[in-house]
Amino acid sequence: MALFSFVFLCFALYCPASRRWRSGQSQQTVNLSPYGLRRFESFPTHQRLSSCYNPRVEQTPVITVKELTKRYGDFTAVDRVSFEVKKGEIFAFLGPNGAGKTTTIKMLTTLLEPTQGSITLNGFDVKRDPENVRRSFGIVFQDPSIDTELTAFENMEFHAVLYGLAKEMSRKRIKDLLTLVELWERKDELAKNFSGGMKRRLEIARGLLHHPTVLFLDEPTIGLDPQTRNHLWNYIADLNRSEGITVFMTTHYIEEAEKAAHRVAVIDHGRIVADGSVEDLKAETGKSDLEGAFLELTGRSIRDEEASSAEHNRLRARAWHRS
Amino acid sequence: MNTFSVIYILWLRQLKRYVRSRARMLSSAAQPLLFLVALGFGFGPIYAKAGGGNYIEFLAPGIITMSMLFTAMFGGIEVIWDKQFGFLKETLVAPVPRVVIMIGRTLGGATVAVIQGIVVFLMTLVVGFRPELGPALIIAPVIGILFSITFTALGTAIASKVDDMQAFPLVMNFIIMPLFFLSGALFPLDGLPGALRVVTQVNPVSYGVDGIRDALVHLGHFPISLDIAVLGCVALLFIAAGAYFFERIEG
Repeated sequence: MALFSFVFLCFALYCPASRRWRSGQSQQTVNLSPYGLRRFESFPTHQRLSSCYNPRVEQTPVITVKELTKRYGDFTAVDRVSFEVKKGEIFAFLGPNGAGKTTTIKMLTTLLEPTQGSITLNGFDVKRDPENVRRSFGIVFQDPSIDTELTAFENMEFHAVLYGLAKEMSRKRIKDLLTLVELWERKDELAKNFSGGMKRRLEIARGLLHHPTVLFLDEPTIGLDPQTRNHLWNYIADLNRSEGITVFMTTHYIEEAEKAAHRVAVIDHGRIVADGSVEDLKAETGKSDLEGAFLELTGRSIRDEEASSAEHNRLRARAWHRS
Repeated sequence: MNTFSVIYILWLRQLKRYVRSRARMLSSAAQPLLFLVALGFGFGPIYAKAGGGNYIEFLAPGIITMSMLFTAMFGGIEVIWDKQFGFLKETLVAPVPRVVIMIGRTLGGATVAVIQGIVVFLMTLVVGFRPELGPALIIAPVIGILFSITFTALGTAIASKVDDMQAFPLVMNFIIMPLFFLSGALFPLDGLPGALRVVTQVNPVSYGVDGIRDALVHLGHFPISLDIAVLGCVALLFIAAGAYFFERIEG
């Protein structure tokens, strides 16, 4: 009991993240924090979201990647990549443009077949058992992926049927999730009338509908205003804490990863160049923030040209090797 | 059991999209009307003078088939649309075999095409088309359904192979238009010059047009059993191709 109280106290004091989606409106979680409404920036860096005591991170890996390789012709997009993501962790996968992030996510989510190597997700092998793998994760893609000609509710319903959820249960779950992302009031509006932030929230709600073990977020905050981005990360951190869901994310906003992630892997030129906690990476590079560490690890040169030539190679390889 | 729910929800989605897009409904009804009026009344007198009889009688089944061809192909090509707007990925990562997704989409697209065919059929009645009643009212829709499934599947197969929206006009100009114009929808297949005869006889659309025309006004070029047999075979071929290529889309 004493231990519990202590843990609870640490949690309450250190955790800025039990803030609301929109200040004080959501009734989904209990606000444990006296600093509930303070902004990220007002906290010293060591009090990041992830440095909150998180009782849910376990040592069992939920994603295991071994020697993962993807080649397009003679271009190697992902080169013998190995890493593990533990259950309940928020894992940030960072890298410059064209480094191999999206290719890796596509392989993890069964959209792309690896050239070599193995992936296990939630105990299922991606090659041998893709259907169970697909059941185990939810994903918010880099680009919007809702049907804008359908209403918010119809988008959710469609997803529920695809994932074989029982009707009554899914109705309740849809209601809970849409309420959580504050779209329940507007559930019967066509998604094309939604703002970018609302669409993102809908996608997150949809990604969670089938109780996934892992949630993939591929640059979920791209193109959103700072307010919405802030809300999204708070919300994701809340979910991670309350449902113990494992989050695999990529982002170009390094400071977001710094605030949210328990662990960070950096990929460059298709290879993992660093893997550890934010503190580890900063210590390794001798930098005071993650962005500095990131630049130290991946260099300062702009990658547009390289990315486009990689893309070019990929397309050429595809054109020649496809059929 | 889940397979049927999945097919149903995919089918329902196509229908909802069609019903909600008024512009699409309107424009897809306007074009056949234009063809009917301009060609039907424009060429009517010449056709009659040449001893062909009532051109509207001949043309109407062709225009009905045309509207089904266009709607069905676009229903299939919508895959490109969904690629562009991202929704396709949502279905590709779902724990459902791709074939099931492809079948649901195809049935949805084909249903929309059949509805479109019925709408245009009603329009032809207004313009003065007087079809045979009786068994034709069963045979013609059967051929229409078969035809719509065939070409939705073809659209899906093509869309699965091409990557961007720029392919849209290409498909329109190099596949749909030739299929339509070289099919006997607008002119009789008798006494054509050699090369054109070969092309029209290879074109599966010819058999759809011919079957529906034969059923509605008994002006068939081929026996109706041949029409149905050819369409049936082509349907199986295109569905297999559609499923094959859809299976291999990389997200």
